[in-house]
Amino acid sequence: MQIVVNGEPLTTEASDLGTLCAALGLGDAKIATARNGAFVPAEARGTTQLAAGDEIEIVAPRQGG
Amino acid sequence: MTQLTLYDTPLSSRLLIGTAGYPSPEILSRAVKASGAAIVTVSLRRESARQRTGQGFWQLIEELGLRVLPNTAGCHTPKEAIATAQMARELFATDWIKLEVIANDDTLQPDLFGLVEAAKALCADGFKVLPYTTEDLSAAEQLVGAGCEVLMPWGSPIGSARGLANPHALKSMRAYFPETPLILDAGIGAPSHAAEAMELGFDGVLLNTAIAKAGDPVQMAQGFRKAIEAGRLAFEAGLMEPQEMASPSTPVAGTPFFTIDNAS
Repeated sequence: MQIVVNGEPLTTEASDLGTLCAALGLGDAKIATARNGAFVPAEARGTTQLAAGDEIEIVAPRQGG
Repeated sequence: MTQLTLYDTPLSSRLLIGTAGYPSPEILSRAVKASGAAIVTVSLRRESARQRTGQGFWQLIEELGLRVLPNTAGCHTPKEAIATAQMARELFATDWIKLEVIANDDTLQPDLFGLVEAAKALCADGFKVLPYTTEDLSAAEQLVGAGCEVLMPWGSPIGSARGLANPHALKSMRAYFPETPLILDAGIGAPSHAAEAMELGFDGVLLNTAIAKAGDPVQMAQGFRKAIEAGRLAFEAGLMEPQEMASPSTPVAGTPFFTIDNAS
């Protein structure tokens, strides 16, 4: 299935957001996530099903002013 | 000097410092310590699975042991800002958010309509919102009405180092909101700008680039720390009013060789 992760196209076998994060090696990283513009809390990643064309954001702490 | 309190939280400094644009992580860390700031601002950005940039940065911030204020920098709509704030609340385990809704990329001017809309939604959702706004009093009134207990007007455009572009309007804002903490956010280039804001009665200053891009950020952080303290001390002490004419500070009475002109 083809989705978009952080603005880049990605082909994935993951059926839910939790599995996707783990497949990317970010399962235990300090991250936050959104699906199609809406925040997905950490505890809901495992039950958030992915669909073709989904736009996923995976963010982490960064410098800011 | 009195203590700054934001959202019922007493803070040990009136300086809020940004974490972006320093020459190195080590200089960032030393500059933050030298500034004496009690709050550091941070952002959240897309994490690359390969580089994992955010993970190392977070370790550095945790080591500082200070309160973290995440921002919604770069958001152009209330929807983006709200989702970013929600991600930040989980990521940084804080309900404090520096709310930015940007109108356009050239001026980085706040979109006041979007800002008020996002502030209403976030305050209703339990966030403690610190809105990056302009000097506009009606927008400020709506932000306070939405539940914002702090206002953060710009001095001049972000990163411009132009100081207080409109001191008269900032003075009006201080007079109009005597009880609401006001933090001067953005546009500060020199410690004298920060001192000016504090002398006007502002409660604090948030700045980043003027320290990060200084020749010696650690020393500049000390400079800002002292300027902000000096400005606040002056405000609390009560500044004298400017006069039109000279007035001798040394007593006139008893001046040697003194004679009154035309004494006859």
